[in-house]
Amino acid sequence: MKKDKMTRREPLTDTQLLMSITIGIFMVMYILAMILFGGGFLHAQQIFDMLNDNASLIIVSCGLTIVMIGGGIDISVGAVTSLVVMSCVLYLNNGGNIFVSILLALGIGLAFGAVHGFLISYLEIQPFIVTLAGMFFARGMTTILSVNPQKIAHEGFLKLMDAKLEIGWLGYVAKNGNKVPARIELGVIVAIVCVAVIFIVLKYVRLGRNFYAMGGNQTSALMLGINIKRTRFLSYLISGLLSGISGYVFMMHTGAGNATNAAGMEMNAIASSIIGGTLLTGGVGNVIGTFFGAMTLTTIKKIVVSSGLNDPWWQSITTGGMLCFFILLQSVVLGRRAAKKKN
Amino acid sequence: MKKEKTKFFSTGLGQLTIPLVAIFLLVIFNLIRDPSFFGIVLGHNNDGNIVLSGNLISIINGASELAVLAMGMTLVTAACGGQDISVGAAAAIAGSVFVKVLKSGGSIGGGKVLIAFIAACVVAMLFGTFNGTLVAVFRIQPMIATLILYTCGRSIAYWINGGATPTVSSPIITAIGGFIPGIPVPTPIIIVVIVAILFKLVFHFTSLELFTQSVGINGSAARLNGINSTFIKLLSFIILGVCVAVSGSIGVSRLGLINHETLLLDIEMDTILAVAIGGNNLGGGKFRISGSIIGAYVIQMLTVTLYAMKVSSTDVKAYKAIVIILLVVIGSPVIKSRFEKLMSRFKNGRSEISAKGAGES
Repeated sequence: MKKDKMTRREPLTDTQLLMSITIGIFMVMYILAMILFGGGFLHAQQIFDMLNDNASLIIVSCGLTIVMIGGGIDISVGAVTSLVVMSCVLYLNNGGNIFVSILLALGIGLAFGAVHGFLISYLEIQPFIVTLAGMFFARGMTTILSVNPQKIAHEGFLKLMDAKLEIGWLGYVAKNGNKVPARIELGVIVAIVCVAVIFIVLKYVRLGRNFYAMGGNQTSALMLGINIKRTRFLSYLISGLLSGISGYVFMMHTGAGNATNAAGMEMNAIASSIIGGTLLTGGVGNVIGTFFGAMTLTTIKKIVVSSGLNDPWWQSITTGGMLCFFILLQSVVLGRRAAKKKN
Repeated sequence: MKKEKTKFFSTGLGQLTIPLVAIFLLVIFNLIRDPSFFGIVLGHNNDGNIVLSGNLISIINGASELAVLAMGMTLVTAACGGQDISVGAAAAIAGSVFVKVLKSGGSIGGGKVLIAFIAACVVAMLFGTFNGTLVAVFRIQPMIATLILYTCGRSIAYWINGGATPTVSSPIITAIGGFIPGIPVPTPIIIVVIVAILFKLVFHFTSLELFTQSVGINGSAARLNGINSTFIKLLSFIILGVCVAVSGSIGVSRLGLINHETLLLDIEMDTILAVAIGGNNLGGGKFRISGSIIGAYVIQMLTVTLYAMKVSSTDVKAYKAIVIILLVVIGSPVIKSRFEKLMSRFKNGRSEISAKGAGES
């Protein structure tokens, strides 16, 4: 039992180090933005807006983090989100029930996760190819369902969309003198619950520890008696489920189905996970880091807009530069630690 | 003897089995659906040139950019055990540079096209070096390292174009993207053949193939044997850079304009798919360029077949996904070993019977 713990502790310290770097950089960046640009950055609403816009990205990134900790990759998450949005919108517009639509969203996500997991873990096909095919399938199905954008018209759902958590004391006084309370969408609460649950699962539940063991060293995990195939299957299943939830949250945010919904979300999710300190090689990562990764990504974009670089290309170029910085930093930090350990 | 025979049957064509079977099935399917599908017509185009046309020609022609990229991607996959997902974005940059140089004043002559192409090559090789350095020197996973360029590449192309989608019109550009007067075969096909021959020559006269495979199979073992694995990995990315410049230039010449958003959109996914369908291990090691080329044609034939079946261009992806999954399931190690077991049991049974028969007589 004691030996068991020791093999698990090593990758965890890497995880904590990378996570604290991310959180630190996020804090520094945000405080600098507050000092340099002031304005919107001084209001609490700015953070809540960032959360409102990115709730579904955060949920999807959490699923991806689990898959990446297990040493795999899932690039279908954005497409599945888009498919869930489109099918739920069409279902609700044709006189559907809200509870059934939630089940539909979860069902689509789980179905994708189960098929991916089965093909990857039991038929041993490369995860990139399987989830790429899943991405193609989901994108294609979305356009088969409807090429034209669909606006939601279900009354009950519109009420659910408008339901917002309002916090008076965090609000600000607008220019016309009205007091505007801080608004948080329900999706953000779902996202935070997801992050918390996954954090607990990864840290204290046997299944979560198995993900780390599997990603760290598959052979030794197998020798410890971990059912590798089932663990890998479950990692993709969870990722699929979270894509379903993310689709529903996305719908609650935008209120419309569109074939180009969540375009490029898979790469944003991968970027969030990486900035948050998850390694694609597996065994290292944390959802709290991922959460801050997604927030860092948005903060960069907000800063670019605030600093007056209005040409449309600057957002992507600075995001790329930031990503480059984080990736190099991780490589250097981990390389140094590995060298120290050897000595 | 028995063993050899079993082996021969199961691995006759090696890794080329799956792509060739796929092409065969697609051809049969198309012939049943429409016997005249593969008919080739010799006709005249708008300029009065004698040109070949037909579905087969359009399949081979349309897959040109993909085939060129797949060749370079195979090398990167083999050496680094990962894929470059920035090829589409890099091709947009290369295409933008190509157009930028062409439009830089003066008339467009043959020499200028060559200079523009060389400039595109140099820029693409620089970006290849950037990716390669991250992978080879900083030991970052290829997919992560190239995610950087994937994120910002198309924006850089937009920046080079100055926020517009410039067009170029010149007989030479039309000839590169279409037909050279007097030659009935589309020029992109000829370019693919030239690139393939160049690869073949390089592999024939240098040890690049062997070195790449050994780096991919075990980098540290290769290093201990005196192979500079960092350099080989870097070189594979630089060669991919040249392929990116070639396919970017073809793509621009085809349309006569550069659109940073739509030029070779999503081609990185198709390229990786072509490499995988070609039977190459995405984890690195042994590779066959010919497999990837056939893989590229499989993808294009599938797309054209679906278009011919009146599937709309946005829905094609869903059907493509089903075929891809079927292909990889057939090619998966688990199914393969089950199948081989079944085959060997069948063969052993038969040879036992024949042995019995021989004993009796």
